[in-house]
Amino acid sequence: MPDDTLNVSHFLVTGDPLIYGADVSIVVVSIAIVAVLTYYRKWGWLWREWLTTVDHKKIGIMYMIAALLMLFRGGVDALLMRTQLAFPNMRFLKAEHYNQIFTTHGTIMILFMAMPFIFAMMNIAIPLMIGARDVAFPYLNAISFWMFFFGAMLFNLSFVIGGSPDAGWTSYPPLAESEFNLGPGENYYLLALQISGIGSIATGINFFVTILKMRAPGMTLMRMPLFCWAVLATSVLIIFAFPVLTVALALLLIDRIAGAHFFTMLGGGNPMMYINMFWIWGHPEVYIVVLPAFGIFSEVVATFSGKRIFGYASMVASLMAIAVISYFTWLHHFFTMGAGPGVNSFFALSTMIIAIPTGVKIFNWLATMYNGRVRVTVPMKWALGFIPNFAVGGATGVMLSVAPADYQYHNSYFLIAHFHQTLIGGVVFGMLAGMYYWWPKMFGFLLEERYANWGFWWFNIGFYVCFIPQYLLGFMGMTRRIYTYPTGMGWSTLNLISTIGAFMMGLGFLFIAAGIVYSIFYGERDTTGDPWNGRTLEWSLPSPAPHYNFARIPVVTSRDAWWTMKEERKQGVLPPGRDELRPIHMPKNSGRPFILSLSFFVAGFGLVFHWYILTVIGFAAVAACLLLRSFDYDTDSYIPVDEIKKTEASYGRS
Amino acid sequence: MSVMQGSLFNHPPSRVGGERVEHADHPDPNLWIFGFWIFLASDLVLFASLFATYAVLHTHIANGPSARQIFDVTGFTAETLFLLTSSFTCGLATWSMRRGQQGWLKAWLVVTLIFGLLFIGFEVDEFATNSMKGYGMSTSAFLSAFYTLVGTHGCHVSLGICWMVAILIQVFRLGITEVTARKVFVVSLYWHFLDVVWVFIFTVVYLTGVMG
Ligand code: HEM
Ligand SMILES: [Cu+2]
Repeated sequence: MPDDTLNVSHFLVTGDPLIYGADVSIVVVSIAIVAVLTYYRKWGWLWREWLTTVDHKKIGIMYMIAALLMLFRGGVDALLMRTQLAFPNMRFLKAEHYNQIFTTHGTIMILFMAMPFIFAMMNIAIPLMIGARDVAFPYLNAISFWMFFFGAMLFNLSFVIGGSPDAGWTSYPPLAESEFNLGPGENYYLLALQISGIGSIATGINFFVTILKMRAPGMTLMRMPLFCWAVLATSVLIIFAFPVLTVALALLLIDRIAGAHFFTMLGGGNPMMYINMFWIWGHPEVYIVVLPAFGIFSEVVATFSGKRIFGYASMVASLMAIAVISYFTWLHHFFTMGAGPGVNSFFALSTMIIAIPTGVKIFNWLATMYNGRVRVTVPMKWALGFIPNFAVGGATGVMLSVAPADYQYHNSYFLIAHFHQTLIGGVVFGMLAGMYYWWPKMFGFLLEERYANWGFWWFNIGFYVCFIPQYLLGFMGMTRRIYTYPTGMGWSTLNLISTIGAFMMGLGFLFIAAGIVYSIFYGERDTTGDPWNGRTLEWSLPSPAPHYNFARIPVVTSRDAWWTMKEERKQGVLPPGRDELRPIHMPKNSGRPFILSLSFFVAGFGLVFHWYILTVIGFAAVAACLLLRSFDYDTDSYIPVDEIKKTEASYGRS
Repeated sequence: MSVMQGSLFNHPPSRVGGERVEHADHPDPNLWIFGFWIFLASDLVLFASLFATYAVLHTHIANGPSARQIFDVTGFTAETLFLLTSSFTCGLATWSMRRGQQGWLKAWLVVTLIFGLLFIGFEVDEFATNSMKGYGMSTSAFLSAFYTLVGTHGCHVSLGICWMVAILIQVFRLGITEVTARKVFVVSLYWHFLDVVWVFIFTVVYLTGVMG
């Protein structure tokens, strides 16, 4: 067992200006945060209002902030890589650094940016859309968030303590085995993903139960907003896909820590077993992150076209079809394994088939806009930008699915361009659309348009400038994960263009961030609770919604429930006589989810460095937290009617 | 107020004194039980992945022993009997609980725990004997897969034991209430689930191992 880790120069990563820069900025930012919190005496507020909250709206906001920060970190990684590739024979990053950066970039973007961003949108919108007062298990929801948070912390810590992982975001053995990869970086990767993965499974279960069991009376499944359907499909995918990743990572960790032979070259191990399991999770994972984006586009397109979504039933059917088929396509990630023509044909066909329901959705969005009164607001811009983008991404996916052709495309820049087109054009565009759309509901003010527009155009145009050249580079033979290339390959111009595009996207991100800061001070207040003339129940509430959401649970009589209520009011149909207010049952805040997840972090950190005492302490604390919860019978309370009345009155409602 | 009963999964229309009670006014124990079923489905996928790994690797014995050489028929038969019996007594516990027989509930839970501990004891002994002979995790891919699959089940059972003890204490303190009843029910689901998984381990790992 390697025990050189006690040596300080190994422990703290040294010898690189980038790392020293990171060290300094981490220390400075931490001191600044502590100073501000102390100066304004905000520690108690932070603990009471945020760290211990079980309110889905606040948890959603925390997920979103974390996702934006991780988008920044992942984005910086991307710009570093693009700078290194801007010219042939660049000497900006060394090979080892390049390896670490593409690994952390990929891992962060998928697991610590896309995942929390979808969880943010789910948390913020789902309970409000279905007329519920919280998710099914609010305490578990807080655990999910903190497990994600501490998983992400553990992962990011690797940059300054011990060294980052460098075997790619897929972490394939045998490269990721201790034979070839001694350092703690891979351990960080495995444990960070494991910890946040537990949180993800819990979120999947939580939202599955919430959507099936907590809908307001009258909201049948076929009256749910499409975002709810999308999240239901995503939850099913999480529940059945994430355990496979858990196993793959655990076995690799056992190989590394206990010297087992699951995926080693010696002792009878089989590395392809890992690769199969990774993608049995990995392909559903790409749909886990993109389906909620589809859901958001459905809401946004319907709202801003002033119409019901076209082809609702076919939208639901295609979501479900995608969810099921996505379990049967994983092998397209390694056609080159050489499983034989039968197997490759099966997976090529299943992959092509999955493009059909995706196409159905695109046509439905277009048909919804057709003849509608389209308002091109900021969220709608992202939706409009998404459609051509995803059409190209889907088409290149189908090209990749042609197994014999994939022997050419595989692991080339063509593949890189494909999945960025689907992940950025699909997921990131979708989450930003959702952020602009629900922002007033979260904070009670709108995001300013001018900055947002600049952000959109720089990001959108920058995207094409960055990635279209990469398709061509792929055709020209440039492979992924190379840190430099010689002159004379004919790749130089296209690479330079691509780098320019990347910086345009970076500028777009800065505009978005600046717009947020500007709007915090000068953003237009949302006094009606319904700034977009929305169709679904969240817009029936004031912005931001009171912490119990609905003083009275609404009764739903049709799809687009809030729209119907508004129409009925216009026609003079009086809302049915309202019930008396009743005390509302709410879960109590708790600090335990935070401490529990912190304990996992401690245990994980111990395992990274083989400091087993720390691991034992961490797990003992985990056990203590679980037991304390089991014996805790004081977990909820009632909000008295008076207080509800007062809160409602403060919003000018009764 | 008209309450639509649209689909199978809609609210359970709980009524108190003829008046409909909103779910959010009142935490519904069925919610927990439903959620736990979903968790079990997810846990089943975890075991399925481990079984798949075992199926792929069980012939990869490298320089180590084969399944036939190390599996001890009396040992694993005893383990199986203990766990199956404990599942039966766990069923008796919930049955007594339904009939409001607090004494029997406690007694059957204690019996369940004893059988669970015996099972764990035998398993630990099996693992210890084999590793003492030098057949450890790092001997071969087959043994890595064996220890991990069976050990994961063993960890689940150990966790179940701790959890059941915690709930038993609560039953001793509070008797059968809506909350303790829910907890007993959920832990019993977990216990039966582990029993089902063991049946697969018994056939796929042990029986196939000694016969193959
Ligand atoms: C129309 C549907 C799609 C089809 C037919 C498709 C097809 C494919 C194929 C065949 C590959 C493997 C190529 C290779 O490795 O040589 C691939 C890779 C990939 N796709 Fe897609 N895809 C589709 C949609 C998506 C979506 C929606 C996402 C994400 C939101 C996505 C993300 C990815 C990623 C991340 C990879 C590669 C990851 C890696 O190797 O590191 N794809 N796709
Ligand atoms: Cu795929």
